[in-house]
Amino acid sequence: MDRVLNKNLQKYFNPETTEEIKVIEGTHSASYAVKLARVKVISAYPITPQTSIVEKLSELCANGEIPAEYIKVESEHSAMAAVIGAESTGSRSFTATSSQGLALMHEVLHWAANARLPIVLANVNRALAPPWSIWADQTDSLAQRDTGWIQFYCESNQEVLDMIIQAYRIGEEVMLPVMVNMDAFFLSHTSEPVALPKQELVDKFLPPYKPKFKMDVADPHAFGGLAGPDSYMEFRYRIQEAMEAARELIPVVAEEYNHYIGRYHGALLEEYRTEGADYLLITAGTITGTSRLVVDEYREKGINLGLVKLRAFRPFPTEDIRRIAKNVKKIGVIDRNISFGQSGIFFSEIKAALYNSDVHPLLNGYVAGLGGRDVVPQNIRDIVEHLMKSEKGQDLVWIGVKI
Amino acid sequence: MSQIMFNIPKEENMGSGHVACPGCGATLSMRYALKALGLDTMIVIPACCWSIIDGPTPSSVNKVPVFHTAFETAASTASGIKAGLKAQGKDDVTVLAWAGDGGTFDIGFQALSGAAERNEDIIYISYDNEAYMNTGIQRSSATPYGAWTTTTPAKHPKDRPKKNLVEALAAHHIPYIATASVAYPDDFIAKVKKAKSIKGMKFIHVLSPCPPGWKSAPENSIKLSRLAVESKIFPLFEIENGWRYRITHEPKDVPVKEYLRLQGRFAHLTDKDINQIQKEVDLNWKRLKMKVKLSEEDEKLLAEIANE
Repeated sequence: MDRVLNKNLQKYFNPETTEEIKVIEGTHSASYAVKLARVKVISAYPITPQTSIVEKLSELCANGEIPAEYIKVESEHSAMAAVIGAESTGSRSFTATSSQGLALMHEVLHWAANARLPIVLANVNRALAPPWSIWADQTDSLAQRDTGWIQFYCESNQEVLDMIIQAYRIGEEVMLPVMVNMDAFFLSHTSEPVALPKQELVDKFLPPYKPKFKMDVADPHAFGGLAGPDSYMEFRYRIQEAMEAARELIPVVAEEYNHYIGRYHGALLEEYRTEGADYLLITAGTITGTSRLVVDEYREKGINLGLVKLRAFRPFPTEDIRRIAKNVKKIGVIDRNISFGQSGIFFSEIKAALYNSDVHPLLNGYVAGLGGRDVVPQNIRDIVEHLMKSEKGQDLVWIGVKI
Repeated sequence: MSQIMFNIPKEENMGSGHVACPGCGATLSMRYALKALGLDTMIVIPACCWSIIDGPTPSSVNKVPVFHTAFETAASTASGIKAGLKAQGKDDVTVLAWAGDGGTFDIGFQALSGAAERNEDIIYISYDNEAYMNTGIQRSSATPYGAWTTTTPAKHPKDRPKKNLVEALAAHHIPYIATASVAYPDDFIAKVKKAKSIKGMKFIHVLSPCPPGWKSAPENSIKLSRLAVESKIFPLFEIENGWRYRITHEPKDVPVKEYLRLQGRFAHLTDKDINQIQKEVDLNWKRLKMKVKLSEEDEKLLAEIANE
C-alpha cells in the first residue's frame, strides 16, 4: 500500500509543474483539461452522469476562463455533428457524453473518424437501458470499437485530465478522433486531488492545432464526396495506417508529457507487479485500483500475482500483451462489459491477440460489476482463487450474479 | 427579360460539369444562390441529390469549399463550421446549409429546429423536389397531397397534405424566411442577398422541379416553377422575425389544373380531385393574405407602443 500511495503522491504533488491542486470529481477534471488544451469550440448535450462536465464548461466559458464558442445543441447527434463542422475549419473541438448519448452519436462517430478529424470526446462509461441504469458499465464505448476512434480508459481523475490533454496531441498528429473514458460515479462523481499543470508547460507540450487540410475559402476543396469502389478502400487503408502510427506514438507522447509535466500513467498499458508473475489479472478503468490492493495482498503471501491495466483499447496493445503473457501461467481478464453471445469484450480481444503467437497461457474471462455493481476486494480475491484452481480456460465466468 | 438579366450577377461560382439530370431545378438553384453569395461562402451538403451532383471525390463543381455530411446533420454541421470560423475571427464567411426536402422536412428537422431556436448565423436553403428523389422517388413529408411516388402508388397516392415547414420555422421566430423559385431569378437572388445581409438564422424554401420524379419533361422545369407560383400552389413571400409577412410576387390567377396536368405524378387525379386541390390552394392563399394583413396591423401596433 505504501508503495502505491507514495507513487501517487509524487504524481499529484510535483510543485515545479503544478499550478494548483484541486479536489475535484472526474467530470470537472475533464472540464479543466479542456481549458488547459485551449479548446476553441465545445458542443455538448447533457446526460447523467456527464452533466457536470457541460455545467462546469458553461461556467468556465461564461466567466471567460475558456474563450471558446459553446454550441448548446438539442441532441448528442447534433453535438458530434457540430464538432465535426468546427474541427473541419481547423478549430480544436471538444464534446462529452455517456451511454445512450454515445449510442445516438454512433453514425457521426464514424463520420468524425472517416473525415480524419481529431476531435476529443470524454465519455462517462454508463450502462445502456432498458432497464434504466445510470451506473458504471463499459459496454457503451466498447460498442463503438469499429468507428475508427482511438480509445483510452482511465483509473483516476488525474489520469482523465492528463489523457484529455495527451489525446489532442496524439489525435492531431495521426488525424484521428480520441475518446477518453471514465467510469460513471466511481470517477465522474468521486472527488480526488487533481494537479492542474501550469498552462505554459501544457502549451509547450501541446502547440496550437495546425491541420493539413481544412475548410478554407482561400483554398477551396470538397470533403467527403462520393468515392467509388476504385478509391474507397485506400481511404480505409490510410485509417488503419494512422492507427498503427498511433500505436507507436502513444508511448512517445506519454514520455513527452512526463518530460514537460512530470507525470506518467503508462503507455498503451500499465504493468503493476508483473515481474516474475505466475498469475495475471487484466483490467481497465476503476476496477484496476481495487485489483492493485488484492495483488499486493497476494504478493505479501508469496503468491506471484501481477496486474495489467489496459489504457488504450484502439489501437490495441497486441504486442505488449504477447510479451507480458510469455512468462505467465494463467491470466484472468475482468470485464465490466459484455458482448452478448460471446464474452467480456476485453477478454475477446486479448484472446484474439494471443492466437497468432506461440504464447498460450490459460485464459479466463470474468464479467463483473455491470450496471455499477460494486466490485469489492473480495470479488477480486474470488477471481484470483478461481483462476489459480482452473485447469482449463473458460471464456465467461459471471461474478456475483444472483440467479 | 432584359431587365431580369440585368439584376443577375455575371460571375459563375458554380462551374460546369455537374452530374444532375437534365432539367434539374436543384442545380439552377445552386447556381443562383452562389451568384448571390459570392466566393466567401462554405457549403454543407447532407445526403441528398447534391451529394452526387457536386461530383465524386476529389472533384467539385462549386468554386467554394464543400463539406459533405450525414443526412440529418446539415444544420448542426453548419452551426459547427460557423462556430469554428468565429473562434478564428473569420466572421465574414457565409455558411450555407444546402439540403433536399428529406434532409430538411424529415430526418434533419430536429437539427434544423435546434439551429433555428439557437438563431445560428447561417443560411439554410432547402431545394424541395417533393420526394426522396436521390433514392428513386419515395414519399417525404414534403410530397403534396395526391401525388404518386414509388411508396405512394397511384392506387393509393399520398393522402396527407404537404408539411408546412415555412410556418413551422416561423414559429421559431427566426430573423428571415423566404420562398423562392428558379422561374423568378431576380426575386431568388434578391432574397439570398437579403439573407446574407441579416445576422442570425435564415431559411429559404425553393421549389425544385425534378423531371424523373415529377414525370415531367425536362424542358418544362422553368414553366412548372412559374405555374406553381402563378397558381398560388407555391406563392413567393417572405417572413421577418416570424410575424412580418410580405408577398414578393402577386400571382396571376392560373388554375392549379395547368400545373398538375403537366406532371405524370398527378396523372391519376380526376377532375374532382383537382377541384378539391384547387379549393385547398385558394384557402391557403386566403390565409396567407390574412397573415400579411395581420402583420400590417402588428406593425401599426408596434409603432404605437414605440411612440408611447
